[in-house]
Amino acid sequence: MVLVYSENKNLTIEMLSKATEIAKEQKKKVTSAIIGKPDETLAKEYISYGADQVFIAETSLESFKAEEYADILVNIVKETGAETIFIGSNKNGKELSARLGGKLNAGCVVDSNNIYLKNNKLIAERVVYSGNAIAVEQFNSTPAIITVPSKAFDPLKKDDSRKGDITKKKIDSEKSASKIVKVQEMKTEGVNVEDAEIIVSCGRGFKNKDDIKMVQELADVLKGKTVGCSRPIAADLKWMSEDHWIGLSGHKVKPKLYIAAGISGQIQHIAGMRDSGIIVAINKDPEALIFKSADYGIVGDLYEVLPKFTNAVKEKMG
Amino acid sequence: MNIIVCAKQVVDVSEMKIDSSTKKPILQGVPQKISDIDKNAMEEAIKIKDKLGGKITVLTLGPSDAKERIKELLAMGADEGVLVTAPDNVDYHMTSTLLAEAVKKIGEYDMILCGEASVDLFSGQIGPRLAGLLNIPQITYALSVTAEKDKVTAERNMGDKAVTTEATYPVLITVTKEINEPRLPSLMQILGAANKPINEWTADSLSSGLKPLVETVDLKGVPMERKNVIYQNDLDESVGKLVDSLAKEGVLGG
Ligand SMILES: Cc1cc2nc3c(=O)[nH]c(=O)nc-3n(C[C@H](O)[C@H](O)[C@H](O)COP(=O)(O)OP(=O)(O)OC[C@H]3O[C@@H](n4cnc5c(N)ncnc54)[C@H](O)[C@@H]3O)c2cc1C
Ligand SMILES: Nc1ncnc2c1ncn2[C@@H]1O[C@H](COP(=O)(O)O)[C@@H](O)[C@H]1O
Repeated sequence: MVLVYSENKNLTIEMLSKATEIAKEQKKKVTSAIIGKPDETLAKEYISYGADQVFIAETSLESFKAEEYADILVNIVKETGAETIFIGSNKNGKELSARLGGKLNAGCVVDSNNIYLKNNKLIAERVVYSGNAIAVEQFNSTPAIITVPSKAFDPLKKDDSRKGDITKKKIDSEKSASKIVKVQEMKTEGVNVEDAEIIVSCGRGFKNKDDIKMVQELADVLKGKTVGCSRPIAADLKWMSEDHWIGLSGHKVKPKLYIAAGISGQIQHIAGMRDSGIIVAINKDPEALIFKSADYGIVGDLYEVLPKFTNAVKEKMG
Repeated sequence: MNIIVCAKQVVDVSEMKIDSSTKKPILQGVPQKISDIDKNAMEEAIKIKDKLGGKITVLTLGPSDAKERIKELLAMGADEGVLVTAPDNVDYHMTSTLLAEAVKKIGEYDMILCGEASVDLFSGQIGPRLAGLLNIPQITYALSVTAEKDKVTAERNMGDKAVTTEATYPVLITVTKEINEPRLPSLMQILGAANKPINEWTADSLSSGLKPLVETVDLKGVPMERKNVIYQNDLDESVGKLVDSLAKEGVLGG
């Protein structure tokens, strides 16, 4: 049985598509898990997207704690006999799956966007060494846990005529010794770099927060309107919200055009944008690593290059 | 406060070369280092020890040459090191099981600190796995940690949310790169570290018969071929050429 869980609905629906493919090959069924309130509408939706069964673990937990959710999932795995477990790869999902792996003594591969069976063995591929390689990971035992990032798989077509069982069960967990004191929504600017066709990114080559508007101006004339940044701009300087952050520990993007201004091109940044169509670099240091990863580059001071570049694009595009 | 810092020896990915014919990364001969974020964990441990007193033990599972790396952390301020020597091809299940056994053998502890993820494989598995095996609370992605005598509070980066979590001891905390700036040890500290003990335990002495549940059957290369056309003469001319090239590529405009 293949079990699918994420508190994120879209991610669950995307995973269901892969889960049904694997389950079919194994002649097994797919179960989608819901933890929390018994939401039957949601359960029916999961069925229409491919789940054969929905298991609702009714709990009175108010907020997510990996310790408690892992306990509940241990129970769900026992109840359903799950052999393969897909968990959505957001921050909650990752710490949950790893803890679950420890509890079940199960193998776990995080962040896989390529999952298949080979000689009846489950394989999950993932990017390692900051994008230098792809590790092909083979599971030698069950249960097998894989976390799946969003947009890795396309959802199946919704089919409301699909039938499936809904099971509800009250499940308790051991109370964790940790307590959530405060939850604050992080500031975001509502950008979605993952869907962007054109991204103009800025790095530490910018001297002031205000100067970043130069990047915005270029993005505007390119009709891309999307601005990205390197880790220090979001994480250390906090000049931009984290939804702009691109790289190994940030967002992975693949626009048709990626322009990096004042970014040195450390491998952890490249890891987030290496799948871009055309990569352009602007850097005053001719030796900057970014030029090795670029299709086109201009060696120069971004304070001179960017305004000229913006004007030239404006003229070219009429 | 007894603190255990889990630190991993990793290959320096920025020094990695790619085999030009197979496009696969060459793993032999790449310089090794302590995973960056584990140094942040170490720094945080020192700050907590400065405030509350106690002892810091560095715990590493790795090859025997990892001893040299452990010395760097002893120089930063750890009191003692433990190296669990492991065979090649350990998976996360084996690593976390062996680390859990080593923690039990170390004995009394209040806090385990890990990095949010190791910089070579970037999984972020070991912290939560270990916490699960030891059945203790886990506080992940800490941006700041305030330790007091009987509880610890941490602010955590959970992506779209900032979550503040509190826990009693023992607890496992994984820290982010932003939490602090790891100190550089002085020459005196580096010399002093030579006298600090490093215990070496074999994997077999901690747990026998462990087998990997996940096996890396292949490491595929990810070739990245780029045109590398660099303009560096007259600026106006360069910009003109760049825009022409982009137009030809068909990537200008939405
Ligand atoms: C575990 C880990 C995860 C990480 N994850 C990420 C990640 O997800 N994303 C990420 O981006 N980084 C990440 N990093 C950090 C990464 O290693 C680099 O430190 C970071 O990308 C550097 O950012 P930068 O290029 O903006 O700054 P710098 O490296 O400081 O580069 C600034 C560049 O600007 C150029 N410059 C300066 N002035 C000008 C000027 N006037 N005109 C033109 N050019 C100029 C300089 O020549 C230099 O090349 C991670 C690191 C670690 C260890
Ligand atoms: N072999 C190891 N020895 C000691 N600590 C480790 C080891 N592997 C991972 N860790 C710890 O677990 C964290 C996360 O590693 P990973 O799960 O590989 O991303 C690291 O930052 C270390 O703190």
